Amino acid sequence: MRDQDVPQEGNRTLGGHRKAVYARGDDGRLHMVASAGWEVEEIVTSQAVADLERLAADALQRFRAGLTAPLEVHMHRARMDIPLLAQATGLWQWRVRRHLRPEIFQRLSPALLQRYAEALGLSVVQLKDVA
Amino acid sequence: MSTMLRHHGLAISEPMAFGLSSAISFAYLPIVRINGLPLVAYRMPPKWIIKGLQKPLALKMRFETFRRPEDGVRRLDQLLADGQVVGLQTSVYWLPYLPEDLRFHFNAHNILAFGKADDGSYRISDPVAEMTVTCPPDALQRARFAKGVLAPKGLIYYPLGRPQEPAWEKVVPKAIVKTARIMLDSPLPIIGVRGIRRLAAAIERLETGTDAQHSKLFIGQVVRMQEEIGTGGGGFRFIYASFLQEAADRLARPVLNELADTLIDIGDEWREFALATARMIRDRDPLDPPRLADKLRTIAHREQTFFRDLRRAA
Repeated sequence: MRDQDVPQEGNRTLGGHRKAVYARGDDGRLHMVASAGWEVEEIVTSQAVADLERLAADALQRFRAGLTAPLEVHMHRARMDIPLLAQATGLWQWRVRRHLRPEIFQRLSPALLQRYAEALGLSVVQLKDVA
Repeated sequence: MSTMLRHHGLAISEPMAFGLSSAISFAYLPIVRINGLPLVAYRMPPKWIIKGLQKPLALKMRFETFRRPEDGVRRLDQLLADGQVVGLQTSVYWLPYLPEDLRFHFNAHNILAFGKADDGSYRISDPVAEMTVTCPPDALQRARFAKGVLAPKGLIYYPLGRPQEPAWEKVVPKAIVKTARIMLDSPLPIIGVRGIRRLAAAIERLETGTDAQHSKLFIGQVVRMQEEIGTGGGGFRFIYASFLQEAADRLARPVLNELADTLIDIGDEWREFALATARMIRDRDPLDPPRLADKLRTIAHREQTFFRDLRRAA
């Protein structure tokens, strides 16, 4: 990649940050150049973000229909999945999965709720409902 | 890392640190899953880089992890109060100064803490941010003690003693030979050139029918690991090329310059691969996994030839 090939088209997902890349100058030596971002990066990042948002929106719909607990919505909003939430709380995956059922979530002990809230960076009150 | 060494009085460039620790590589880890997709790495983990630098620079690094977050916070504060620059492993998700869209649960993000501001927040140097940033203590604690794949467990590291100016004509060829060995002679089929071929085979098998969405996420992940996280995989090829140029000067071996040119071309091929993939994700081109797999095989072949030549040159 030569200096003039360093992508400067901007990348929304960088939020205005620039990043340093290595490119070849006219003398053939590599050096650092600031890049405003490459469209390719923007595409793959927004693809991943869109997929996570799709999961969260999907969970929200099922929550509204009474089919899942608010915990699932919060989990996806925190960009987590069940294995990660299980590790973050120190619970078995099957327990987390069970806690996603609304009737079971209703009956969770304050201690467990606190554990989930901490792992997700929320308060217990926030955890119990979807804003 | 090079920032930390410079703090301790050894002027060493980032590419030189990268090259000396034999950090360039390739690994396709289908078992380690991040959000349900396999991990693809284009270089060695930072801990490897740091450990690899110990010997050539006659430097002793100390690594500490903590079971209890409070202990980790106390130790970090103590070191900073002593004027140390401390490396930290963190999860990008919990670092508030990063742009929202880059904050995934990715645990192997390494930053440097070099002091505390008056309001108690930490002063941080992060390779992603252009300037130094600050981070509130509770956020940093969360980032250091995030759970999941590659959990940092509060890892901090700092040098003991001062690094020495190395004997370049000895350590550079040694590092190059080691790099070639990792890329060419790995006993595992998922590391090095064989790893690239393995990934090509996995991409070839992807569906284009009903499960096309998953296929796109898979190839998207490969590119994201390559370009977005840190300097990116194509980027690491350029950094290594820069190391070769520097080595050519230091050792007066012009042949390394020619090899650097070849590696720059290979880095450009990685970028073409990323571009072709992105076009398929956006449906500008039809989804065609075999084409991407072929591209990867071409790259694998070129890297194989390149590292063989490099080994001979060292």
